[in-house]
Amino acid sequence: MVKPIIELKNITKRYDDGFTALENINMTIEPGKFYSLLGPSGSGKTTILRIIAGFTDATEGTVIFEDQKINDLPANRRKVNTVFQNYALFPHMDVFDNVAFGLTLKKKPVKEIRERVLNALKTVQLPGYANREISELSGGQQQRVAIARAIVNEPKVLLLDEPLSALDMKLRKDMQYELRELQQRLKITFIFVTHDQEEALAMSDEIFVMNDGKVLQSGTPVDIYDEPINHFVANFIGESNIVPGKMIDDFQVEFVGKTFECADAGMRHGEKVEVVLRPEDLDITKPEQGKLVVEVDTQLFRGDHFEIVGYDEDGNEWLIHSTNPVRDGKKIGLTFEPEDIHVMRFGEKEADFDARLEQYEED
Amino acid sequence: MKKTRSFFMVPYLAWILLFVITPLILILYQSFTNSAGQFTFQNYVTYGTSWVYLKMSLNSFWYALLITVVTLLISYPTAYFLSKTKRQQLWLLLIILPTWINLLLKTYAFIGLLSQTGSVNQFLTFIGIGPQQLLFSNSSFLLVASYIEIPFMILPIYNAIVQLDPALVNASRDLGATNFQTFSKVIFPLTLSGVKAGIQAVFIPSLSLFMITRLIGGNRVITLGTAIEEHFMTTMNWGMGSTIGVILIVMMFIIMLLTNDRKKKHREVIVDEKETL
Repeated sequence: MVKPIIELKNITKRYDDGFTALENINMTIEPGKFYSLLGPSGSGKTTILRIIAGFTDATEGTVIFEDQKINDLPANRRKVNTVFQNYALFPHMDVFDNVAFGLTLKKKPVKEIRERVLNALKTVQLPGYANREISELSGGQQQRVAIARAIVNEPKVLLLDEPLSALDMKLRKDMQYELRELQQRLKITFIFVTHDQEEALAMSDEIFVMNDGKVLQSGTPVDIYDEPINHFVANFIGESNIVPGKMIDDFQVEFVGKTFECADAGMRHGEKVEVVLRPEDLDITKPEQGKLVVEVDTQLFRGDHFEIVGYDEDGNEWLIHSTNPVRDGKKIGLTFEPEDIHVMRFGEKEADFDARLEQYEED
Repeated sequence: MKKTRSFFMVPYLAWILLFVITPLILILYQSFTNSAGQFTFQNYVTYGTSWVYLKMSLNSFWYALLITVVTLLISYPTAYFLSKTKRQQLWLLLIILPTWINLLLKTYAFIGLLSQTGSVNQFLTFIGIGPQQLLFSNSSFLLVASYIEIPFMILPIYNAIVQLDPALVNASRDLGATNFQTFSKVIFPLTLSGVKAGIQAVFIPSLSLFMITRLIGGNRVITLGTAIEEHFMTTMNWGMGSTIGVILIVMMFIIMLLTNDRKKKHREVIVDEKETL
């Protein structure tokens, strides 16, 4: 295993009014990877960033940076830099002075500062903008200056606090590619805070899904998408059909009154579970050939696919993504493969979940 | 729509015309007349050649500067810590409260405090170094004038500090700045507008202080304000009084211009650079 660059051990953050923002957070960050902290607002993801940056203290727990405990190290002496949500560019300085800020403080030679600043601006595709005032820049350009201001200091870890949230859709998509590309080129560890699941899935090597001050699940985007640990994660990451079910036996699950073959195991027989089926995994067929039969209620054209909502005989709602349209009110059959079914236990902890998955996947 | 809006302006325009513009014209007119009412430049010549008036002007300027510096030194840290405390509204109220009390009352209160038998001298006597002559000295004038002006310095600075985005302070520290560097490179430059507003609010009125000079300063400090009062009320030389008034107004304008937020230097924007976005 690679030596971690940052470790958070049992981090808890409690405010004076008793509000617990973070509860027993454990995280291991390896160098050179792109991490995302993903969660709804108020889930504590930004608080983690602020603790790593040194803007706020953890109430309990240890922050370790390259084997050194840094709980008491002030922000200005930590080898991390931050890209702030609203960029926090200094309005009284031009682009050059903003980017040069960190290097000037370190009293680097003027020539070196000039060279590195211009280089950083080139990296973020803003060559020739050095003498612009901040107020003359568009949101996307300010965003790039904020990134240049951070990376010019060659930090070991770059913290990004929802840096794309203020940009419009198109620009945000472009910046996702650019950020990912930048991270791979510079080989800096990125810790990226976002509430946008698409953004996290697209860019990350590893995602921490958070809610209510806890990390619910961590893993690669594919793992988290395919095997969400619970209802919250399944719902938050992508769209899903979640129905109650019962585990009949290993690899056999019952829902909507029928028994299906599935790819999950390691649970008690007869245990009540939740079953996830992703809308894009449901294929439309003739009613008599379908494993499920639903009546189409509405459909929306989303450009690259149709989003169909239907109800089965028991009144369960099913969301289906299909490249072909269907007729409203028509009965259609739905088929899916055993691997498309994902079974979730109630209240399973991440460690138990991972252990169980490992156990039967080896078989 | 436009008509109704200008109609609402009428009371204020009338007010300005009667009590601002007309007096200004009258002062300007009178500054060019002698006691017989004839047109003359003599008042300005007298002002420019007389050592007495020059000294008075310098005196006014010097004391206004001292008062401004003293209030600034006290107000900036106060405003800064005020912005960090809980119960800011209560503290603000306590700072604003004295400004609601009549200036004359506050001045008389200081006479009581600083007089030979006042509480300050009682304390000095108690610790064995009194009583001292406190009243009618330059320093007591400075003290009382600063006391009166302090709220007008604190408030604009406080407003500027509160408006400062805390993320900028974090950004500065994040980039390696110590607390002192953050203050000198980020916090102070970005709250300078408040400081300038405070200087305007303190320096300009301090130029023409006259009552405190008499009651607290004991007429040892003669400022332009005192001079105007003397010319109008005692020597009845309205022409000369008006001339000093005009000079005072000119000084105020100069201060306004110096402390106004200059428009950002216009920079050549490179236009041949293709936008990357």
